[in-house]
Amino acid sequence: MSRFTRENELLAREIIARYPRPKSATIPLCHLAQEQDGFLAEDAMRHISELVGITAAEVRGTASFYEMFKLKPVGKYLINVCTNISCQLLGGEELLEHAEQSLGIRSGSTTEDGLFTLEDVECIAACTEAPACQVNYRYFNTVSNEQFDSLVEDLRAGRNGEIPDHGTLGRVRQHIEPGQVANITAPEQQSEPGWFRDRNTAAAAEQGEVSS
Amino acid sequence: MNATPHIVTSRWETPDAHTLEGYQRSGSYSGYEGIRAALNIAPSAVLEQVRQATVLGRGGAGFPAGTKWGFCPPGVWPRYIVVNGDESEPGTYKDRVLMERDPHQLIEGCLIAAYAIGAAQVFLYVRGEMAHAQERIAAALNEAYANNLVGKNILGTDFSVDIVLHWGAGAYIVGEETALIESLEGNRGMPRLKPPYFPAAKGLYMAPTIVNNVETLANLPWLMCHGVAAYKATGSEASPGTRLVAVSGHVNTPGVFEVAQGTTTYRELFYSEQYGGGIRNGNELKMFIPGGASAPWFFPEQVDLPLEGRTVGAAGSMLGSGAIVVMDDTTDAVKACLRIVRFFARESCGKCSPCREGTTWEEKILRRIMDGHGRPSDLDLLLDIADNISPGPYPVASHPEAGLEAVPFPPRQTTICPLGPSSVAPITSALRRFRHEFEAKITKRDLIPLSVEPVGGRS
Amino acid sequence: MSEAPKPIVVDQPVTITVNGAAIQAQKGDLLIDACERAGTYIPRFCYHPRMNPVGMCRMCLVDVDTGRGPALQPSCMLECSEGMTVDTENEKVKKAQDGVLEFLLINHPLDCPVCDKGGECPLQDTTVGYGPGESRWVEEKRHYEKPIAISETVQLDRERCILCDRCTRFADEVAGDPLIHFMGRGANTEVNTFPDEPFASYFSGNTVQICPVGALTAKPYRFKARPWDLEEVASTCTDCAVGCSVTVQSSRDEVLRINGVDNDAVNWGWLCDKGRFGFEAIGSPDRLQGPLELHGDDLVAIHWSDAVAKAAALISEGLRSGGPQGLAVIGGARLTNEAAYAWTKLIKGALGSDNVDAQLGDGLPAELVLGLPGATINEACTPGGTIIYLGPDPKEALPTLFLRLRHAIVEDGARLIELTSTESSLTNLAAASLLVRPGETASAVRAIRGGGGDAGGADVEQVRRAIDVLSGDGPVTVLIGRTSAAESPQTVVAAAEELMTLDGVRFLPLLPRSNVRGALEAGMSPGLLPGRVRRSEAAAWFGQAWPTIPQADGLDTAGILAAAAAGKIDTLILLGADPLADFVDRELAERALTGARSVIVVDPFLNESARRANVVLASSAFGEVSGTVTNIEGRVQRVTQKVTPPGTARADWELACDLGEALGHDLNFDGVEAIWAEFQDLSPVHAELSLEALEDPANIDGLLAVAPTEVQSEEPLDSATDSADDSDGASAEDPSDAVADPAESEVGDAAQVAEPEETDGLELVSSPDVLRYVAANDQVVIPATDAYAFRLVARPDLYDGGTLLSHSPSSASLVKEAVLTLNPLDFEKLGVTTGAAVRVSNGARSILIPVEPSASVPRGVAACGVNLSGVAVSRLIDSSSLVTDVRIEVQA
Ligand SMILES: Cc1cc2nc3c(=O)[nH]c(=O)nc-3n(C[C@H](O)[C@H](O)[C@H](O)COP(=O)(O)O)c2cc1C
Ligand code: SF4
Ligand code: FES
Repeated sequence: MSRFTRENELLAREIIARYPRPKSATIPLCHLAQEQDGFLAEDAMRHISELVGITAAEVRGTASFYEMFKLKPVGKYLINVCTNISCQLLGGEELLEHAEQSLGIRSGSTTEDGLFTLEDVECIAACTEAPACQVNYRYFNTVSNEQFDSLVEDLRAGRNGEIPDHGTLGRVRQHIEPGQVANITAPEQQSEPGWFRDRNTAAAAEQGEVSS
Repeated sequence: MNATPHIVTSRWETPDAHTLEGYQRSGSYSGYEGIRAALNIAPSAVLEQVRQATVLGRGGAGFPAGTKWGFCPPGVWPRYIVVNGDESEPGTYKDRVLMERDPHQLIEGCLIAAYAIGAAQVFLYVRGEMAHAQERIAAALNEAYANNLVGKNILGTDFSVDIVLHWGAGAYIVGEETALIESLEGNRGMPRLKPPYFPAAKGLYMAPTIVNNVETLANLPWLMCHGVAAYKATGSEASPGTRLVAVSGHVNTPGVFEVAQGTTTYRELFYSEQYGGGIRNGNELKMFIPGGASAPWFFPEQVDLPLEGRTVGAAGSMLGSGAIVVMDDTTDAVKACLRIVRFFARESCGKCSPCREGTTWEEKILRRIMDGHGRPSDLDLLLDIADNISPGPYPVASHPEAGLEAVPFPPRQTTICPLGPSSVAPITSALRRFRHEFEAKITKRDLIPLSVEPVGGRS
Repeated sequence: MSEAPKPIVVDQPVTITVNGAAIQAQKGDLLIDACERAGTYIPRFCYHPRMNPVGMCRMCLVDVDTGRGPALQPSCMLECSEGMTVDTENEKVKKAQDGVLEFLLINHPLDCPVCDKGGECPLQDTTVGYGPGESRWVEEKRHYEKPIAISETVQLDRERCILCDRCTRFADEVAGDPLIHFMGRGANTEVNTFPDEPFASYFSGNTVQICPVGALTAKPYRFKARPWDLEEVASTCTDCAVGCSVTVQSSRDEVLRINGVDNDAVNWGWLCDKGRFGFEAIGSPDRLQGPLELHGDDLVAIHWSDAVAKAAALISEGLRSGGPQGLAVIGGARLTNEAAYAWTKLIKGALGSDNVDAQLGDGLPAELVLGLPGATINEACTPGGTIIYLGPDPKEALPTLFLRLRHAIVEDGARLIELTSTESSLTNLAAASLLVRPGETASAVRAIRGGGGDAGGADVEQVRRAIDVLSGDGPVTVLIGRTSAAESPQTVVAAAEELMTLDGVRFLPLLPRSNVRGALEAGMSPGLLPGRVRRSEAAAWFGQAWPTIPQADGLDTAGILAAAAAGKIDTLILLGADPLADFVDRELAERALTGARSVIVVDPFLNESARRANVVLASSAFGEVSGTVTNIEGRVQRVTQKVTPPGTARADWELACDLGEALGHDLNFDGVEAIWAEFQDLSPVHAELSLEALEDPANIDGLLAVAPTEVQSEEPLDSATDSADDSDGASAEDPSDAVADPAESEVGDAAQVAEPEETDGLELVSSPDVLRYVAANDQVVIPATDAYAFRLVARPDLYDGGTLLSHSPSSASLVKEAVLTLNPLDFEKLGVTTGAAVRVSNGARSILIPVEPSASVPRGVAACGVNLSGVAVSRLIDSSSLVTDVRIEVQA
């Protein structure tokens, strides 16, 4: 565990190739590592640093800036309850309190069985559906206490519907066939696109003809 | 007046609009006709049309896209386009719906922008927490690549450009365009100082970079299909077209609405059946946030202002990202203020001392006041801390009749970006208008009720 | 803290108004610097003149109007433009600055009384200068685990940190070692390392110096003193030959700290950790307290009078039996210029032996070093210039030079062509990096100059790139030295000769050992006399001043050792040299010490070779003597005494005088000033470098001895002016003055040796030509390696087992163990595990050494550091062969 599996390393290399500079793939690769392990492990950060050519300290510096990267293991289901203004106005804080009671943990911690981690989060862009929460970044709108409890019940019972384990970001990935790539190279190797120059010159020439 | 055209939301009710087939079949224009139209004219002509249409930026600052594109220094290559889909401003909720329900529209918008400026590559930076939007865009991009709509020799022409979906990872500040660029380079999302780092001149990898909001770009296919005149037929002269606004909080029917810019008023938004459907329980409006948590609050006397950047700005706030939060008379102003300040304290990137230290300090004081441990001197202290992050005096007087100065807007700042100064907006707004509520909490525990009844909504 | 704005040339002046007064500033200069240059200091924390600004702390906000109305702007990010109006002290600015200061203080522990930085802390000073009186902060402060060690020598107290990004920027931008970084976000941001990956940078100590608070502290200094107890003097680091400017700080006669000083020509304020922390060795209990003499099998303490007499007796005995050829001196690089001159005068000018060599076979021919058209570090680092580098890995051998080169390449667009046999710290920075088979650099040079051939095995793509870089314009500087001790210097000479013909090329010779260049300039090399002149050409000139002149060119270190081994050396003097450790061929050094009739050692430590001496004279070390030193460029800088030597140890120059006197040759020096004056008078290249000039604050960066290129013009400069003066008759005193003093005063002594008698013809002798290197064009044919052999590369390592580190308690743990590194494919073929010992032999001798794979080593090459702890690879090197081939056997 922790370093990329062979398969994920191939995926990592595909992701790196989409960027003009490898370092730009740091965040996507942290996601990939988190998808593999459920959290961002130290060895994974080391592996990422090797793949994108920076130090492990730089990877950690970047990763630790972002809320979504968990440098310590979290539950299989990360429950984010929004308490920001729109949700607060309609009971977000009360929902959080209920969630704490019902799960028996404080916000920011994980249940003993390792199933749930509860977090009090900032606006998740579901403001008109307040109070809202997410489980592994899948939305649940206008959640009542009862709805929350049955959601937890379902997850406990393995009825997870569309919700993958923590770390899986999108179950659909972008994939560009090598033959379809227009032109991804380092910025130093880029110049004015031929089509841009040609089409503008042609138009300018036409204009010139018209006006003269 | 209510016959607002659906420029960006025309497929929201179409269940399969996120597929290529759905995009090409439904809506107020046929999918990928916009880029076809663009490809028939020169890139410079496309830029000119966008300029003439005055497509205002929808990310917050409301800067005209055509003008911004024109800032790319001539002869400097490569150029990049970065799409700002980091939508995290509290109350803001529109880009997510655009991305989930009509991803091809955004992709086509990217193509048009890339064509107009000669971009080497487009990056679609999508907020990490929006897993569904990521999936929809990834699927749409795969479809578009497979159908020769993105990539090499698009639609059989010489035009080629790559669009790459990039995942954010949870940091509000990354919505700020220079921080977005830092993040895209694999760094901590800390803003760069402008000048010298204006993205259009020195952006991604220090190359000219145009950062545009999702909604801004989503307007382009319609514009290319229907033309400048049709676009300008909606909205006001200075702010043509429509805007997406999210109305949340204490209204009966909250939702995301596409409204004409410059003509629709806040009153219509809150009270008309078509939109908010009135304040819940027939309560009175106490205050509202007219454009995102960073915006100074408005009060009942501003409810007849039209939704137009210029007008709202002149009145001492901003239309910002179109996030409108309605608070009725049961709202505890101190609690609301603390919640918003806490947001900025949690989201400060930590680069500037005034923001990093100042916002946490503000939060600590407000929390103390809420918890009943306030001191009389705290209120002046709060205002002075605020002043050290965003120095006054503030020239616009928006409540002259009440003898109150307006809150500073746009904020002056001792910081690099406006995040720190944004924390000042709720403090000055609440404290200047509802000082008695703060004082009541300091002198005795006060019991201003806060309704917790959930209200159903739609979007 | 020396953090003044860096010097600039104002060639695009703009007028800006600062607090009502119009000042001239350079267009594009940062406002904060422009104001300071004009006498208005703007407070700051994050800004550092040698790093890119970040505008983080916001302390430097001032009110600026560029035509769009006044607004608060960070002066550290704003560039001066015409007509800009700046107010640095109005109410608005004061309020903003007070506000920032208050923000920085709310979470800062007020533990100044126990903080190392207390008394020299910018945060403390600014608070006193600008800050509000009392705190309005009543909340609890941020808490972190107390100081954490982020490296062997540096500790971090995160509670004190004000997040100015200086240390992290330094690590990333300047050192290129981004091993410390911001972690977390917002108010929870902290500086830290990756778990178990310490800030192992050769330059980590700089972060302690530039930290504007006491968050970063250095183990060697922690809690040792309060700044107000410290006394300091300006000096020059002598750990290597870059010559970094420093301050030496002491309390109660003990050196406690060395800090970097911003010398624009050299180190820009930076130091390597060895230079910064190595001072602990000065106060080491292992220092020699006084002279020793061999009694039976033991060295025992004796009185100075006896020691000097004994040493003198050994020398005279030797001279009597074997003449001057039997007297030899190895070493001198550790000495000051003055001590080097005094010893040269004693050995060459009084005793008549030319067997003097300051290099220990690890250098280059002195004629090449002194005789090629020279370049300064600044010239080598010219923005947009081209650098050809063939020499020791600069990060290991000349650390701050590495920082300068890195800056030139990364920030200033200089392009680097590197020729090396194993990847180095420069490889990733190079526009073209040619991995050349050891010894075959000259073929690679031929190839990049378009001469074809196999380029010493370098990759064709890299050769193509190098040709491309060389075809560009801009000055070309060659940095040249020994990449590997296992290759003969002839291989480097051959490469240098290939490069000499490049148009306008200049050379910066890289001799890493402290004051080696100064010693060479003072004549401590066979065939040379002081001032870059040949013995053969300068005999008459020096004959006027010195009692005698050697009759023939002497032996170099290898020659001396060989002669000693053959029993032909009567007296071998080791002047701060330990050939057993430092000479590449240890076997030979051992035989030499046994073969020499008597050995006299002058050293601050009882090193391994000194244990085999007849007499040991305890000498003083860095910080205990004043004088001057000369860096790789030929730049003369001052070193200053700060503490007294331990026990009765004496300065090296004094010892030369003492011995001279005991031998009947009064050198007639009463101090270093007198020595310098005589040297300056006699040297054709140090004419401008009077002590007054060196002490002038305007010359804080040191002074260059006139570069040979300038002498290369049609007529040699000095002789031309001299003869012109002579024929003029008007200022004829000038040259005669120059030599009159010492000659007069030494008439008595001179008479005894009575060699040159033409004292009357004084004014007829013009000063000798400064030497110019003439290509010998010797053919160097490198033999092919056989398929089973590996070619050895013995490269320098900063953390070697030299005296300095081993006697510095805080850094001693850094000394590296010797390992042999092989390309992973070669390693795999051996079928051993990492760290397993293998037997490496050169046919005659073998060693056991652990082996490791490393992708930085090409196939067929075996690389190892020299003088590391554990195993001496030098046993494998035969100093008389061009390259060293070895075989590796796996141990059963
Ligand atoms: C703190 C902060 C957060 C921001 N967040 C967002 C955001 O989430 N989405 C967005 O489009 N613009 C955001 N912006 C505005 C962007 O900096 C930028 O102006 C915008 O993306 C430009 O696009 P537009 O011209 O199309 O509006 C933010 C700005 C600031 C200062
Ligand atoms: S104002 Fe705050 S968020 Fe913006 S750059 Fe400064 S510290 Fe970061
Ligand atoms: S010194 Fe300018 S912001 Fe810190």
